[in-house]
Amino acid sequence: MKIVFIIIRKEFKQIFRNKAMLPIIFVLPLLQLIILSNAATYEVDNIQVAYIDYDKSLSSRKLIEHIKGSSYFENPVYFESPALAEEAILKDKVDLVLEIPNHFEKDIQNASHPRVAVRINAIDGATAGVQNVYIQKIISNFNKTIQLESYNPAQQSLNYSSIESVTSFWYNQNLNYKTLMVPGILVLIITMLTLFLSSMNIVREKEIGTLEQINVTPIKKWQFIVGKLFPFWMIGLVLLSIGLLIAKLVFNTPMLGSTLLIYAYTSLYLLVILGMGLFISNFTDTQQQAMFIAWFFVVIFILMSGLFTPIESMPVWAQNLTQLNPVAYFVEIMRMIMLKGSTFKDTGVIFMKTFIYALVMNFLAVWSYQKKN
Amino acid sequence: MSLQISDISKSFKDLKALKHISLEVRENELFGLIGPDGAGKTTLFRILASLLLPDEGQANVAGFDVIKDYKQLRKNIGYMPGKFSLYQDLTVEENLNFFATIFNSSIEENYDLIKDIYVQIEPFKKRKAGDLSGGMKQKLALSCALIHKPKVLFLDEPTTGVDPVSRNEFWGMLKKLQKKGITIFVSTPYMDEAALCDRIAFINQGEILQVDTPSAIVKNFAKQVLNIQTPSIYKALRVLGSYQHTHSIYPFGESLHYMDSRKDFDWNEVLNHLRNEKIKDVEGELISPEIEDVFMELSRN
Repeated sequence: MKIVFIIIRKEFKQIFRNKAMLPIIFVLPLLQLIILSNAATYEVDNIQVAYIDYDKSLSSRKLIEHIKGSSYFENPVYFESPALAEEAILKDKVDLVLEIPNHFEKDIQNASHPRVAVRINAIDGATAGVQNVYIQKIISNFNKTIQLESYNPAQQSLNYSSIESVTSFWYNQNLNYKTLMVPGILVLIITMLTLFLSSMNIVREKEIGTLEQINVTPIKKWQFIVGKLFPFWMIGLVLLSIGLLIAKLVFNTPMLGSTLLIYAYTSLYLLVILGMGLFISNFTDTQQQAMFIAWFFVVIFILMSGLFTPIESMPVWAQNLTQLNPVAYFVEIMRMIMLKGSTFKDTGVIFMKTFIYALVMNFLAVWSYQKKN
Repeated sequence: MSLQISDISKSFKDLKALKHISLEVRENELFGLIGPDGAGKTTLFRILASLLLPDEGQANVAGFDVIKDYKQLRKNIGYMPGKFSLYQDLTVEENLNFFATIFNSSIEENYDLIKDIYVQIEPFKKRKAGDLSGGMKQKLALSCALIHKPKVLFLDEPTTGVDPVSRNEFWGMLKKLQKKGITIFVSTPYMDEAALCDRIAFINQGEILQVDTPSAIVKNFAKQVLNIQTPSIYKALRVLGSYQHTHSIYPFGESLHYMDSRKDFDWNEVLNHLRNEKIKDVEGELISPEIEDVFMELSRN
């Protein structure tokens, strides 16, 4: 144990002596957390609508007023012809074109299916989909108001009854994307940093030749591995603490579950990542190689973590693949504990899977370490 | 015997780095392994330091088998690789302390062993190892290799890239360490350092060519060496390269060393041949061969 302690002390000395590394470890990730959480949202707003009104009636103006009234839309701009509006779409000045035909009002009064045309710039399909939902909602609201206005008791029998759905969003009532993103981005930062640092750290000793000097000493392999990796386990937990603090103070993210449970999971999770780092370092000879391999995995882990695209909408093979993605587990468990208040009982399965993952990963890492050195 | 190597072979893919090496080093001997770059010196060192497994053969260091007893072996040897490999971002003192502690020792415990070396770098003990000069780095590396009082000290090309004054000083330190009872196994590509060893082994292309004391090696050398001096060395080298009686000719510092293929020869005849070929200011004399001459001769075959 004394030797492990000596190595850990040496490791911390080297980390804290590296003037370039300290800000990289502690300042940059937190800047990332603050910037990304504010920037990376799915919210679609500031939608610019262009409209062409052939009808120029009271009803058509009311419809435009409805758009104006929505916080998602900018003030709609008027265009003389569809050609001009299309040009504006082409120049990216407008996201959506609404065309109100002649006889719009007349059709409403005659109850003969009034129609409007909506054209959306769908270069970004996801955004276009959301914009479509918003405009549909506005049109259906408009629909309801004119029905109320033209309500005529005599015609009551003609009125069809419609089903109205009332939605309530659980665990994130206001659909606040920051609440969703902050735990996820915190996970990314912890994963990236500990994986990069641990995979590069042992390779570094190889690169500068000190590993050889260590190997001729009576240091046992497990002592060396534990001594080298423990500091990064600590750093991971410190990052988690700072990140949770920022989540609370800056973003006011709810913390419904137990903080202790998050720490317990992170401690286990870091073992998976550190094992992975050691594994990578066993198959590389330079820090550059280690960095690129770590990047390769991190990019896949992040994009398939369910943070940016829901896992449920991936193809089945990809969904199966995410079973091997530790980041997906971490993202899920963070959201469960922080936003849903899940307990150990609810998260037990993920705990178990992560535990097995950690065992397998570290077994592979130590096995390959012994084989290679 | 402090070191027993029998029939060690090691290959890297197609390259045979060591071919059936056998060697013995006595207790408390200063033994030199002399050979050019790529001869297999470092490979042999890494096998003896238990960093590399041989393909064949056995080796025994300080009574411990390099394969079976590697744990015990590592406690009893000091290894200084050719490349400086201490922590550059730790200070002199921290490096020394680190290596002392992992050997379950302390600087104080074996201070008398490293004192002569360490006092020279002690004024800089708060300085990072990476900021030391080449000579001081070498002294620090030697201190770290000695801090656990090893029985056998392995020094792989310790003087490569070190200035002549520091090299001299370094060999002085080795002699002192030897007096303290440490067996020293040192490799070097410099022939002039060979003379400072008790015994030397020539190694080339993975084979041991000869093992003996430096004086015996020179004494037993049968050929006569003619030292030729001329301002136009390159031309003379070419002329003698195609001379019918030439056994070997090679540059040696500022002059040329020539050996004749005949048993007895008149060296004036060789010099006259050069003069006839219009080489200016040729002078020469017979000299007693040096270790490098022997090595050049051995590695020709």
